[in-house]
Parts: sequence; structure tokens; C-alpha cells
Amino acid sequence: MNNQVKDLSWSIVIESGRAEKNYWKDLWRYRELFYILSWRDIKVRYKQTVIGAAWSVIRPLLTTVIFTILFSRIAKLDNPGNAPYALMVFAGMLPWQFFSNALSESSGSLIGNSNLITKVYFPRLIIPASSVITSLVDLGISFVIMLMMFLWFGFTPSWHIIFLPVFVLLAFTCAFGIGLYLTAVNVKYRDFRYIIPFIVQFGLYVSPVGFNSSVVSDKWRMLYSLNPMVGVIDGFRWCLLGDPMHWRSFLVSVAITIVFLLFGIYYFRKMERSFADNI
Amino acid sequence: MPPIIQVSNLSKSYIISHEGRESYTALRDVVSKKAKKIFSFATSSSHTSKEEFWALKDVSFEVEQGDRVGIIGRNGAGKSTLLKILSRITEPTSGSIRIKGRVASLLEVGTGFHPELTGRENIFLNGAILGMGRADIKKHFDAIVDFAEIEKFLDTPVKRYSSGMYMRLAFAVAAHLEPEILIVDEVLAVGDAQFQKKCLGKMEDVSKNEGRTVLFVSHNIGVMKHLCNKGVLLENGMVQFKGDIIPAASAYTDIFSRTDFINYKHIAGGQEIRINKLVINNPDNIEIFGELSISIYYGADESKGKQHDSFHFFLLFYNDSGEVVWSVFQKDTGSYSDNNSQSVHVTLENILAPGRYIVSAGIFDKSNQFIDWVEKVQVFEVLPVFKGGKGFDSRYGMVTSTGNWK
Repeated sequence: MNNQVKDLSWSIVIESGRAEKNYWKDLWRYRELFYILSWRDIKVRYKQTVIGAAWSVIRPLLTTVIFTILFSRIAKLDNPGNAPYALMVFAGMLPWQFFSNALSESSGSLIGNSNLITKVYFPRLIIPASSVITSLVDLGISFVIMLMMFLWFGFTPSWHIIFLPVFVLLAFTCAFGIGLYLTAVNVKYRDFRYIIPFIVQFGLYVSPVGFNSSVVSDKWRMLYSLNPMVGVIDGFRWCLLGDPMHWRSFLVSVAITIVFLLFGIYYFRKMERSFADNI
Repeated sequence: MPPIIQVSNLSKSYIISHEGRESYTALRDVVSKKAKKIFSFATSSSHTSKEEFWALKDVSFEVEQGDRVGIIGRNGAGKSTLLKILSRITEPTSGSIRIKGRVASLLEVGTGFHPELTGRENIFLNGAILGMGRADIKKHFDAIVDFAEIEKFLDTPVKRYSSGMYMRLAFAVAAHLEPEILIVDEVLAVGDAQFQKKCLGKMEDVSKNEGRTVLFVSHNIGVMKHLCNKGVLLENGMVQFKGDIIPAASAYTDIFSRTDFINYKHIAGGQEIRINKLVINNPDNIEIFGELSISIYYGADESKGKQHDSFHFFLLFYNDSGEVVWSVFQKDTGSYSDNNSQSVHVTLENILAPGRYIVSAGIFDKSNQFIDWVEKVQVFEVLPVFKGGKGFDSRYGMVTSTGNWK
């Protein structure tokens, strides 16, 4: 036994400000914790509220009805695709609902798990990441509703649908990147969380959920795509409904998403060291 | 033998801001402060003073493989900070620690337990949080359930568990960790006496028989002497003593007999007579109906002019939720104190139920006016045992007494 120990080199070195070379390796090593925390969040969420699942369906459906009436009947906005207006709204509602859920969940995730942060070590990145996963389940449920709507309207989805995972990933990355930043800020400034519902509310109207982004004139299109959700929502409509895609503006959204992600990770890693002291 | 843990010149400082008492900053405050600065209205922000507080200073020691090290010290001596750094929860300000092998730390029983999940689910959740792989947990699953004695309730949400069952399950998971180094913080003070014995036995098994290295924090010196072979005594964030456990333990008890001036918070009276220090003489073995011995050191402040030739003391005991659960007045015994002495000693029969308590003390003059009142100056723990060694039976009541039965 003693000989064994002699052979071991220092496997853990704890020092101030040590840029942990092992961080990403650790992240991989703790993947089981990531699975189990995601599983916990999902399980608890649907255990606590019987209507939890129902609620995640009712909300986007009702919003879709209202938006359809508001933007199609009253504002009489254009729909360049050949899908019914309600379908177009719901196809945009899918990623938006996912994004806003993921953002709210992840931005409060560190505070919600403060008992873990002050008691055990693991790469903290796991917490916001696993909280975003929960929203994927909601997205799955909404997607089933979407399929039912296709049946109802007798609409055949485009073959582009096979590319849908790519855009889900993009929405995920976008929510995760921004969520990382917000949750780290939340640890330091607790009242920041009051701003998040406002961002989500505001975003719903700024993003092309109730209308098609083609109503934005070409002159402003690139600027409009600085909102990364524009690319995601356009992508969803391209996949599901076969709507025309503005690829140049899509690339802008992708670029912005990557910037958000990198900045989110950078800021999170910078603040991570002091989480246990501040929380 | 080469060390398995090497702690060298470890320091950790916290910045304490004396302005706000909140544990967190509000963006609202930051914004309004910035705004105030811009308009710089008369009063500048001079009332924000920041102070550096060293929770640990230049701590160095080595642990050899198979050592069972007790980390001893009073509340606030830096024990928890040390454990937190060792478990990589927080970073040191300077210095370093080198460790060989896997570390599992147990700073709390049942970390991450979720009340909505069943016992079975929580075993997997808690195991993963403590660093066990799924395969490991599966391997030990039956042993864990067996140890916790919860077989029948395995599929019941833990929110329906009694606190005893909850603790048993939590400890059972932790007890089946298999790291090279185990860090344990005061987790044995849970459950009923019988289960405590079982836990203690398990701890002994893990450390003595399996040759694992254990770092252990407890206030219970008796348990420490039994379990550990080495001791590190911390005082004000510095290492006071390191070596074998027996001399370390006696060095610890020595701290309490030293009387040096401490800054207490005086909340009433003119302090013509000041309470300089309150000492609990037997902090490590306060049992129900056992002895609770307290000394108060005081001195007259001549500069205040007013003289008191006779006065009496009182003690207040607060529980963890801040309620006063017990008061003791010297005047009830008909005795008084005076300036011929610098200290007063009282021995009480402890009637408090097990738990943590905080003591306040004060002085009244002859006409029952406050002379001094120092708030919440000492913390102590009542052990879950009766005098004589019988375990606590989880009875109701914040205090319990015997009475004269006929």
C-alpha cells in the first residue's frame, strides 16, 4: 500500500489563481454528475407540478393564437411561405419558448444550487449546463404539438426537417452563452434577476415570433440579425415549413451566438473562483 | 514516509466591508452609489471602510498516509476555511496544497438531497455529488440501504422521512465512499445515540482498519482523541500546535483558560463596570443535567466617574433561531458582586436540550438599572447525551428539568 503511494505524483495542486489546466478534463470526468443533475431537474420539475407538462404546452399555444389574430388578422402582416399563419407563428414559438425557458432556468441556476457550491467541488459549469437541458424536454413536448398541428392543417413539413437538430443546437448555444453570463452576474448582484423577465418579455416582441423576419426590409436585415434568435427562428421555419432562408443574415446570427458563448464562458470562468465566497 | 498531503504557507483573506451587513451586493446599491458619486452631494462615501480579514495565515503542515488528523480550534479559528480550501471549494489567497490521490469531502451530510426524490434516487444523486461513479454506487447500493436501515422506505420521497431516517441515509452514502483521502466536518453529531455509535464505529473502520487518510473536524475532543492519532490546533487562522493528538487536545483546552481582552459588543448601560471576557469553562462536555461552568471577567472603568459598590450579573441563552430560551439571574440567589474581585464564576445544572446556544451577559446595579450588557459573546454546544452517558431521546421542549416527584 505504501509503495503505491510513493509512485503517485502530486495529483492535485491547490494554489491561488492557478489557471487550472485540468478544468476541461475535470468537466469530462464529472460528466456523470452532469447527467444526474439534469435528470434531477427534469424529474423534480415534472414531479412537483402535475400541470407542469400541460403548462409548457398551454402557454405557447395560447400565445400563438393571440399572435396569429394580432399580426395576421389585425396588422395584416405578410407571410412569404406557403404554410398557414398559425403554423408559422408556432414554428417560431418553438425555439423562442425554448430559449426563454433555458435563459430563465440557467440564469438562476447557481443561486438555486448554492448548497452544492458551498459544500462540494466540481466544475461549476455543470450547473447552468444541466439546467438548460431541462428546457429541451419542454421543447420536445412542444414539438409533438407542432406535429399535431401539421396533421390538423393537413400540411406536409419540408424535408429540411432533418436539419432541425442543428438549429436546436444553435438555440441551445445561444441560451447557454447568455445564461452563463447572467448566472455569474446573479451571484454577485442578487437583484439582477428582476431584469431577466424583462429581457425575455422584450425579446419576444423584438424577435420574429409573431411575424416573419421578411417584413424587415433588406436594408435593416443584417442589423436585425444581430439578435441571434433571428437566425434560429428563421432556421426553424426553413426546416419545418420550407420558408425561404436569408443565409447571409443567418451567418451573422451564428457569429453573434459564438461571441456570446465565448464571452459567457470567459466571464463565468473568471467569476467561478469566488462563487463559494460570494454566494 | 513521504507525505500524502503537503500544506505550505497557506493563507486566505476575506475583504469585509463595514458598510453593509448584507451577504451580497445589490446592483441597485452599486448603481445608486455610482450616481451619488457623479453628483457628489456633500457627504462623500467615507463611511465605507473595508478591512482585510485573514481567515488563515501561513498555515503549513504535512499529513502522512494513513494518518488520522484532527483539526482543532475554536469557532472562527479557521478550521472550516481550511477544509473548504482542501476540498477545492474556495481558493487560497496565497500558498499551496499538494495532494496525492482522490479526495472526498464530507462537509455536510446529505449535500444535494432533494426532498421530492425518493430514497433510492437520492442515493444515486448524493453519490454522484460526492464523486462516486454510477457503477460504484450500484456496487455499494445494498450495503448503503442496509446501513441506513431504510429498506421499507426506499421508494418514498425523502420529504416524508423522519429526520433520523434522513440523517441515517445521508451518512450511509457518505460512509461508502472509497477515496484515498477523506475530509470530514463534524458530521457525527447527527441522529440518535445508537446511530452515532454506529457512525463512529464506521469512521473507525474506515480510518484505522482500511488505512485511509482522514482529516477530521469536530468540537468533541473526546471523539477526536479516540479517532485521531495526529492533531493540528488552529487559533486565529494560525497553526498553534501540530503533533500527536493528546498534546494537541490539551493545548486546545489551554486556550480557554487564557484571559485576554476581547472586543465585545456592549449594548446597554454606561459601562462603569465592563465585562471584559466571558469564558465557558467546559465547552466540550456540556451534557443535559450536566455541569455548565461559566466565568465572567470584569473591571471597573474609573474614568466614568460613577461608582458602584455592589451589583449583580445575569446570563441569557439564545437558541439558533435567536430566541432567549433560558435566563439566569445572580440576584435570585441573594448574592452580589463587588469591585474587590475581578471575576465571577457560576456553575449551572444545564437544562438546555441538545443544540447550539449563544450566551449574553450583563450587569445590573442595585436599583436594577443596566451597567453593562454584552451581546452574544460565546457559542457552545449541548451534546445529545444525558449526564451519565445515556443518549438523548428526542423529547419535546427547548429545556428539560427533573422536578421533585412524589
